[in-house]
Amino acid sequence: MKKPARALGEVLSNLFKEKATCNYPFEKAVVDARFRGRIAFESDKCIGCKMCVRACPAKAIEIILSAEQPAAAPVAEGAVPVPAKKKFDCIMSLDRCIYCAQCVDICPKKALISTQDFELAHTDRRTLILHYK
Amino acid sequence: MSKMTIPLGPQHPALKEPVNFTLVLEGEQITGSTVNLGYNHRGVEKAAESRTFLQDIYLIERVCGICSHSHTTCYITCVEELAKALVPERALAIRTLVAELERVHSHLLWLGIAGYEMGFETLFMYSWRDREQVLDCLEMVSGNRVHYGINTIGGVRRDITAEQKKIILSKISYLEERTKYYVKLGTEEPTVLARTQKVGMLPHDVALERGAVGPTARASAVKRDVRKDEPYLIYDKLDFNLITHDTNDVFGRLVVRVLELVESYKIIRQVLNYLPEGPIAVKVPAKIGPGEAVSRYEAPRGEDFHYVKANGTDKPERVKVRAPTMANYPSVSYMLDGGYLADVPMVIAAIDPCMSCTDRAMVYDNKAGKVQIYGWDDLRKYGIEHYKKRGIDFSKM
Repeated sequence: MKKPARALGEVLSNLFKEKATCNYPFEKAVVDARFRGRIAFESDKCIGCKMCVRACPAKAIEIILSAEQPAAAPVAEGAVPVPAKKKFDCIMSLDRCIYCAQCVDICPKKALISTQDFELAHTDRRTLILHYK
Repeated sequence: MSKMTIPLGPQHPALKEPVNFTLVLEGEQITGSTVNLGYNHRGVEKAAESRTFLQDIYLIERVCGICSHSHTTCYITCVEELAKALVPERALAIRTLVAELERVHSHLLWLGIAGYEMGFETLFMYSWRDREQVLDCLEMVSGNRVHYGINTIGGVRRDITAEQKKIILSKISYLEERTKYYVKLGTEEPTVLARTQKVGMLPHDVALERGAVGPTARASAVKRDVRKDEPYLIYDKLDFNLITHDTNDVFGRLVVRVLELVESYKIIRQVLNYLPEGPIAVKVPAKIGPGEAVSRYEAPRGEDFHYVKANGTDKPERVKVRAPTMANYPSVSYMLDGGYLADVPMVIAAIDPCMSCTDRAMVYDNKAGKVQIYGWDDLRKYGIEHYKKRGIDFSKM
């Protein structure tokens, strides 16, 4: 059954509707709380198990020993000396990262966190390699 | 009349993957067409062999942007079968939910592209605006608009909260209203009918012979849908209809896709009401196998097929992917034969390929020895002008 001008009424009613788009670079875009953005790292939680390095599909993570290690706690007389917890750094190559957040899921100590940070485009690739201390 | 040969592709905005069509023209009519494949060999299958099963999920997800959940679910079904993992019912329900949301987003995208190719840009704008609603649902559930990354070996990575359920239901009722309007628009508007009816004919027996899949086959009255033939996930517990149409043309493919949207809304409601309590994933050891498994999955474009061979290590020995568009190429060549050059964008778009990059088509006139270069825009304009001369004009609506 042919009925001409089916779109006309719809077009007219849309003249009085709100805009569907947002003025993005001038207005902040809101992403969902579950959005997987830049991965952040908390050094004091990391135990250096390197599960994230093995799981990363893009080989974007490197976990290295920090240059400065915390001093061992003072040992009481006669007690067994307790070695200080080692400190680790994380080198995150955002130019390789595919933002799947598999490292966040696999980390046993929750040292890696997914943030809502998504405005990461850059003209210089070297600035995308982040060194978290 | 002299014959002309037009190469279409390999880089082309209407093609899902780079592919080359060689069209032989007599005047405006196509007398022969060949499909040449092999331009987009990324080596995904080989790359999968050097990554672990878990890492492969994210690689396989990138086989296709729009069917990203289809490919991972198909792959993961194989892996879980090899690992003999018992996936919790709630995880299967969430996978089904994301699969149907993906189908809605893919079909709305197709509807917009079909509108654009026929020169009906109002439809393109409206259907893509409505598609944002379902993309918002997907971002809310999974954390991303395109590469959802919801699957993991043994279950899913994100759960669904009661609040999310409410939001999805409200967005689905909005989309249902809109789809009712699209059904009216697609089946009653004379300009749409003039551009789609009797275009790109694929008779029932040819569709069977050439192994067409998905909406392309269903528009030729082939009752073929993996969700019905070999239910996976929780489709055996759901009540939905298998949509077919018997006009065998682009119009039939439009009707099948739009009516499938309505079925998808039905499925989404049923899944959200069904959603059993329980864990969303089970632990699966990293080393899997040895053994081999195949699985089939009804992606928005048709049947997707994956084969995985494991040898007892943490990496697969072989992964094979057969995407649905591949199965539909033989039919495209049949559909183009005997049609007009002006209909080529419509016919190719009707198997649901997706936008990639721009291309120029070259028209070579043997007689005059002249070469004319057509960009995709020029070819589209040519199609619109061709029909304008015959009184089919969207600007007069």
